Amino acid sequence: MNVVFYLSAAIAVIATILVVTRVNAMHALLYLIVSLLAVAIIFYTLGAPFIAALEVIVYAGAIMVLFIFAIMLLNLGPHSEEQERIWMRATGWAGPVILAALLLAEIIYIIIGRSPTIGSAQPIQPAAVGAALYGPYLIGVELASILLLAALVGAYHLGHIRRALREASVEAAALRARTLESRPTGEQEPLGQPK
Amino acid sequence: MLNLLWLVPVIPFASFLVLALFGRRFSRTLSAWIGVVSIGLSAALAVLVAVSFLTSPPAGNAFTQVLWTWISVGSFTPQIAFRLDALSLIMMLVVTFVSFLIHLYSAEYMEDEENYALFFAYMNLFVGSMLTLVLSDNLLLLYLGWEGVGLCSYLLIGFWYKDPKNGYAARKAFVVTRVGDTAMAVGLFLIFTQLGTLNIQDALTKAVQVWPVGSGMAVAAAALLLGGAVGKSAQLPLQTWLPDAMAGPTPVSALIHAATMVTAGVYLIARTHTIFALAPAVQLAVAIIGALTLLLAGFSALTQSDIKRVLAYSTISQIGYMFLALGVGAWSAAIFHFMTHAFFKALLFLGAGAIIITLHHEQNMFRMGGLRRQLPLVFWTFLIGAASLSALPLVTAGFFSKDLILYDAFASTSGSPWLWAAGITGALLTAVYTFRMVFLTFYGDARQQVTHQPGWRVNIPLVILAALSIIGGYIELPETLGNLPVFSNFTASILPAPSLARGGIGVLLPLQIVAALAALGGIYLAYLFFLRRPQLARSLSHARLGAALHRFWFSGWGFDWLYDHLLVYPYIWLARVDRTDVFDYIYQGLAALTRALWRGLSRTQAGMLRWYAAGVAVGAIVIIALVVVLL
Amino acid sequence: MATIPMEHGLIVAGILFTLGLIGVLARRNIIFVLMSIEVMLNAAGLAFVVAGSRWGQPDGQVMFLFILAMAAAEVSVGLALVLQIYHHFKTLDTDAASRMRG
Repeated sequence: MNVVFYLSAAIAVIATILVVTRVNAMHALLYLIVSLLAVAIIFYTLGAPFIAALEVIVYAGAIMVLFIFAIMLLNLGPHSEEQERIWMRATGWAGPVILAALLLAEIIYIIIGRSPTIGSAQPIQPAAVGAALYGPYLIGVELASILLLAALVGAYHLGHIRRALREASVEAAALRARTLESRPTGEQEPLGQPK
Repeated sequence: MLNLLWLVPVIPFASFLVLALFGRRFSRTLSAWIGVVSIGLSAALAVLVAVSFLTSPPAGNAFTQVLWTWISVGSFTPQIAFRLDALSLIMMLVVTFVSFLIHLYSAEYMEDEENYALFFAYMNLFVGSMLTLVLSDNLLLLYLGWEGVGLCSYLLIGFWYKDPKNGYAARKAFVVTRVGDTAMAVGLFLIFTQLGTLNIQDALTKAVQVWPVGSGMAVAAAALLLGGAVGKSAQLPLQTWLPDAMAGPTPVSALIHAATMVTAGVYLIARTHTIFALAPAVQLAVAIIGALTLLLAGFSALTQSDIKRVLAYSTISQIGYMFLALGVGAWSAAIFHFMTHAFFKALLFLGAGAIIITLHHEQNMFRMGGLRRQLPLVFWTFLIGAASLSALPLVTAGFFSKDLILYDAFASTSGSPWLWAAGITGALLTAVYTFRMVFLTFYGDARQQVTHQPGWRVNIPLVILAALSIIGGYIELPETLGNLPVFSNFTASILPAPSLARGGIGVLLPLQIVAALAALGGIYLAYLFFLRRPQLARSLSHARLGAALHRFWFSGWGFDWLYDHLLVYPYIWLARVDRTDVFDYIYQGLAALTRALWRGLSRTQAGMLRWYAAGVAVGAIVIIALVVVLL
Repeated sequence: MATIPMEHGLIVAGILFTLGLIGVLARRNIIFVLMSIEVMLNAAGLAFVVAGSRWGQPDGQVMFLFILAMAAAEVSVGLALVLQIYHHFKTLDTDAASRMRG
């Protein structure tokens, strides 16, 4: 069982690295789903089967799907990958990597500064979680539902695009596609494959 | 009658106020009347007070009139009080009388000038301050008068303010005397803290009790007072201001820079002579300063071409004699010389002024000549004054006073033959340069014609002063000539006679003969070089050494050059370096720092999401690091 | 169930969190930024669950549930805003929306 933990931890880390470094949004999303599934397995090995199921169903199944729908709605077009490559210059990574490395170093320093403690051997049943939810954390449940209601209403209103804006953006997308096809290739990154 | 003493200084002050406030509306005649009559009243009152004092002397030979208490802070209670004793009586009489004559003279001299009323206002303020100085019974009031006369000197030297040179001369006078004034102020502080009082008589009695002879405090106090005296009386090393002060109108030079203000230093030392007696080293310094100054100024006077500058250097030299007398303990002789000097020096200045104004403000002696026939009255009075200055034997007042000083310089216990030798050389020099002045101005060919004859307001003061220059000396006849020391007897209550180490008629007679020979010899030398064979003088002054000496003495022994390079130029350089006010950089720096910080901070507001996220990350790192490090 | 030292689980959560932080700071496309934020949220939840497992209490899982609900709400509102931004600026560049600069 320990092996499963370390293996799925490795998969999660690799998949997350790939998420952060892809140029295609779809690919990144799929890698993210892989990462989430690996994390679900980690949950299971830690004795939280209920949460593992929820991770798969809600996080990977609903939130990521929402991401996919949004990307499709955006209708970015084929030039988005070149755009991403242009944006992802190597110099832009130096600062974030350093900062994140510092933070990781500090976190690891704090964590391993104590004697190792072993997790408990028993899984925690969904019944216990449910009892906790509807016992001491009842207010949290109610607040979470109000939050979701607010998000629903907000997303509906915020997502409404005025007619003129939508048509203008559609035109702009078509224009972009036409100009990119007719532009000489010297200005952009050389493509790996012919169009 | 003695109670009228307070009016003597107050009347000039009142007249100053009237003329300063309303003078612009008065006619010239009225301003002159107010100015002259106020001093005349003051002089008359002074005579009345003097007569009363002499006929029925008050107890202790001193009369004090307290007007009110000026300041009252703890034990510091100086009063506005006037003290009349032998010394201040003489000073008061001389000051008021000579001032009156000079005021009368300047009514005509300044007739064509603008700011006529203001001139008399300043002159009256001066006389009031000078009288306060000599009559005050405590050092603080004396210092008030001291500063007052310094102020009036500045105002009057720069009276013709439209010419910047006059303003420069006035400033120079003020700044140089200020150096002395500061020393004197410190001396006053010392006296007050050590002796507990500024009342002169109390301070002097206390000093004798508290300070042993030669003690550090006495030396310090005496030296500081000497500093003040040196500044005001234009002695070494602060003598550079007096020749330039001749930029002022001639009556100013006569009154302030010949007869009265420059003798304030002499008065101060005479008044506080007890302290000087307690510090023999400083007293010796007084004598040496006097001797050096009289020689130095004598040589300089020999080379001048401006008639007023000759008289200025002559004043410096004669005050050197007074300092010499003070330095050897002959206090009374110094005051006696002050009196005769006031008469003949004022006479000489007024005469020079008459010449200047009738020759349309010509002051260069080499452009005058032959005025003997054109201005006969001026010539004769000037001649009498010159004779008195040169100490022509027996007939002039100057002879008696200068001779007394020379005798005391030789004979006194604090004196020495060297000091006497300096004095004799100075007497020779005095005769030479004085009669050089006379011969150049009045004899020879007339190079210019006088425009008009002076009026009665000029002539009468000249005649009166000439008479005094002759008979003024007869109140102190030495032992060889009648033995009638009326003057020293009168002042003996305040100014003790010097103790003589090498005295007696056997010494006095030869010294008198030598002095007489020096005076006559000097007159003959002047006659030889400047009247009979002027080419001798010319060839001397054109020779290499002669020309160099001439230049050196002409510039007053290079003191102006020295002070310029030592003090003035470094100060100007410093001011130029600090032109932008170095300390301002601190405040500008603060503002600049704030601006730099602002610019730096405003760059963090880039408006970019990733930048802000990075800020959050950095903040998290820093805080966790703090937790890790500190816990 | 696995008997893993809690430290290892927390370190895994830490690594995932920093990877998500790198993504937030380094990517310009706002979709990727949102994705990286999801990664960070997930990592935080993992830490909670690890802690709950160590103590044998359901509270860790309850916290993860709340994080899940919040993530869902945040993603929906966030993506709606992304649509608005895209239609306004015609690009998904985060640096384009920088009018509030100092």
